[in-house]
Amino acid sequence: MAFTRKDILGTQDLSASEIADVLDATESFIEVSTREVKKVPTLRGKTVINLFYEPSTRTRTSFEIAGKRLSADVINISSSSSSVVKGESLKDTAMTLAAMASDVIVVRHPASGAPHFLARHVPSAVINGGDGTHEHPTQALLDLFTIRQRKGTLAGLRVSIIGDIAHSRVARSNIFAMRTMGMDVRVCGPASLLPLHVESLGVRAGTDLDAAIRDADVIMVLRLQLERQEQGLIPSLREYSQLYGLNLKRLEQAKPDVLIMHPGPINRGIEIAPEVAEGPYSLILDQVANGVALRMALLYLLAGGPGL
Amino acid sequence: MVTPSEVKAEVMDAVAIDRALTRIAHEILERNKGSQGLVLIGIRTRGVHLARRLAEKIKAIEGEVVPLGVIDITLYRDDLRRRFDHPKVERTEIPFSITERCVILVDDVLYTGRTIRAALDGLMDFGRPRSIQLAVLVDRGHRELPIRADYVGRNVPTARQESVKVWLREEDGLEQVVILERPESRGSDRRP
Amino acid sequence: MRLLIRGGRVIDPSAPLDAETDLLIEAGKIIYVGPDAGDVAWQREGSHLQTPLQVVEAHGLLVTPGLIDIHTHLREPGYEYKESIETGSAAAAAGGFTSIACMANTHPVNDRAAVTEYILEKARAVGLVHVFPIGAVSVGLAGERLAEMGELKHAGVVGLSDDGKCVMNSQLMRRALEYAGMFALPVISHCEDTHLAAHGAMHEGRVSTELGLRGIPAQAEDIMVARDIALAELTGGRLHIAHVSTAGAVRLVRDAKARGLRVTAEVTPHHLVLTDEAVRGYDPNTKMYPPLRTADDVAALRQALQDGTIDAIATDHAPHDIADKEVEFDQAPVGIIGLETALALTLRLVEEGVLPLAQAIAKLTCGPAQVLGLAKGTLQVGADADVTVIDPHTEYIVDRREFRSKARNSPFHGWTVKGRALMTICSGKIVHTRAPERVTYLAAPEGERRTRGRRGRDSSGAP
Repeated sequence: MAFTRKDILGTQDLSASEIADVLDATESFIEVSTREVKKVPTLRGKTVINLFYEPSTRTRTSFEIAGKRLSADVINISSSSSSVVKGESLKDTAMTLAAMASDVIVVRHPASGAPHFLARHVPSAVINGGDGTHEHPTQALLDLFTIRQRKGTLAGLRVSIIGDIAHSRVARSNIFAMRTMGMDVRVCGPASLLPLHVESLGVRAGTDLDAAIRDADVIMVLRLQLERQEQGLIPSLREYSQLYGLNLKRLEQAKPDVLIMHPGPINRGIEIAPEVAEGPYSLILDQVANGVALRMALLYLLAGGPGL
Repeated sequence: MVTPSEVKAEVMDAVAIDRALTRIAHEILERNKGSQGLVLIGIRTRGVHLARRLAEKIKAIEGEVVPLGVIDITLYRDDLRRRFDHPKVERTEIPFSITERCVILVDDVLYTGRTIRAALDGLMDFGRPRSIQLAVLVDRGHRELPIRADYVGRNVPTARQESVKVWLREEDGLEQVVILERPESRGSDRRP
Repeated sequence: MRLLIRGGRVIDPSAPLDAETDLLIEAGKIIYVGPDAGDVAWQREGSHLQTPLQVVEAHGLLVTPGLIDIHTHLREPGYEYKESIETGSAAAAAGGFTSIACMANTHPVNDRAAVTEYILEKARAVGLVHVFPIGAVSVGLAGERLAEMGELKHAGVVGLSDDGKCVMNSQLMRRALEYAGMFALPVISHCEDTHLAAHGAMHEGRVSTELGLRGIPAQAEDIMVARDIALAELTGGRLHIAHVSTAGAVRLVRDAKARGLRVTAEVTPHHLVLTDEAVRGYDPNTKMYPPLRTADDVAALRQALQDGTIDAIATDHAPHDIADKEVEFDQAPVGIIGLETALALTLRLVEEGVLPLAQAIAKLTCGPAQVLGLAKGTLQVGADADVTVIDPHTEYIVDRREFRSKARNSPFHGWTVKGRALMTICSGKIVHTRAPERVTYLAAPEGERRTRGRRGRDSSGAP
């Protein structure tokens, strides 16, 4: 297969066959993580930089492990480290990293469009690790892989995404990718957290949680950022939890084989009850495990070939 | 896609292939004094089918089941940087320990030896075998690394611009080993 | 210096005139419009006959009143690293403009006479185009206290605006409209409800949802347009709406005019040509206020130009330092430059059949002149000799590296366009030319001086 992209900036421009290629490649990388020696020499001598302007445990660690299992040299730069704090602009940081001949830059940044900015200015491959409220493509791809792993297929499945859709890059990336793979997507949350034109993304939208739960094959719960209450978008966390929190009682009306997903980290008791998060239909830990393999697959596809 | 007109010569037919595999199975058992401690690991893709057939033959001869595994060497290749596409990565499946076992590595054609080198690297990540022996259906010469096969189905001297194709019914629908006149193509085939 | 512009298609919407004819300029004024101006030149008496005649061959070109931009930011005093009065004037001249009005959001703010006088003095020293300062509505643009409008008027401002910011306090806006009326100064309103627009980076719509950028709803503009019109009605004041961008605002202005209120409006070239789709790719050169809106809004703005709801095309030329703009979209300052692309974009509307040529020229000449009450924008005899000579046919590619402005923040770099000012003439002096080959000099014809109907006198006037 020929994966010819220089960067992974979002799922919106990935075709169905590109997504399928990524998911297929992920399969073989799952196996590497089950070995005793969890290392292959494929990216030996390549440099992967994790440039994280926002704090993150799981995504950054996941990329770090993925790179190291491929024998790449992985460097972590976080926003608390010196030059970023000194006020070095994103452009200068990018030029510096390019001058050091880094093969891949994984970037997470609070401004939507920051990875696109980077990709314009550096010859390295750029992977979007989450930009503002725009996209988080690796999360969506590992979500799709996890669903396919459990259900065997993707097309025709009904997915309900619950929560703060307006500010969620995970929601956007999933919506774009799921629509491309022929899945039926519905979003649900309080009106003030649903973007005005969300239906134009090809989804059904509603504010009734029960309706969203009832016919879903997969329920994806989004993290509610606790600042939304201060910003006046919802009256209180308590009310949000009452109206939109996913608990066992609400799940009684769900399909018996429904799958529960959450990108993490979870706010226990607010958007999801601990019993649900840790219950038998929860795929939350599978998502994390698959995340490493998915990221290995992407690093292989972007950096495994002729280098800089 | 190879068109029949490019076939230069047939080297083995179905009967010859089967006889060679039978002989190799006996040789393995003879050299290793039985099947104790043996494991068979086939290199994707056609080495896998050959390994399975060897396991069946050994079972028929000795009545013993030898563990069978599959190794995909894509991630260990030394020519990834020179290719312009990404070889499809398949699963490696070695669901048993190889430490202190004698591994019989199986492949269809031995050529430069680089594939075997990659397979050896991969195997080392799975454990520390007592020994590794190599069984191939065809050895066509032109080694670029100091690698040799322990068991050979047929020695086929070839010129560099030729290539040897092993067609197996599980994969290709027919049983034949042929020599082809190969037009130059960059990075499109796995160079054994 | 005498100047003859010969053989061009003279379009003067103020007359109205659209004919192939000549223009004769003397001492900074237009003294004759008609055929055979060359002959007329030699029939004039007096010492002028000793002055060579500069002749511009304008065959195949358009000759219009000097273009007027009533909304620019010259950034001086205070932000000279972005643009100066000198470079802004050069950019204006290169774009075919002979008069520009500059906004008050400088540093210090133009809320007192000293700053106004500084600007006028600097512009005089540069000597390229006419610069008309616009004074602030509120002291320091803080939106709390009225600026000393009487003093500003006396110093030479032609209008008042807090542009860059919106006067959020309705009581203050009311008083501004009332007070400014005493000095016949229009209040130019930048309509943006600061709360609704807070943190927004582009128009709130389908595209902003996809791009994950916070949006500014159209209503943030419409609410303030409605408020200002209501206050204009209350006070009888003279209101001009800056950079209209929404269909809703257009409706409100149209209605206000129909009811006889003294409201005018302007639109930028980029709002007539780009939609929010241009923001895909996150180029900060597509970030400005008001943001690029939808195709429906663009259609409404074009219609408003056609039916006179919008009186003028004004660039809102907003220079920024390259480093300032080359950042993440959220962080980038708003605004793009426009003086050197406005003409080409306006003529593109003509080519697309949105406006007839004369009407398009009017929106850049007599339209803006009327908004600010300037005695400009006309080629009638006796008027200031501000003239633009335009090549409407030759195609070229916009190259921002060739801009005379200090700034480079334009989204039109690389566009293939037609329509360019070949020559800009200000007070009878050529301040910009791309076609020096079209200029020749003539001395008085030997022995052919005719003094028509003056019996008994020869050319020197002696009996």
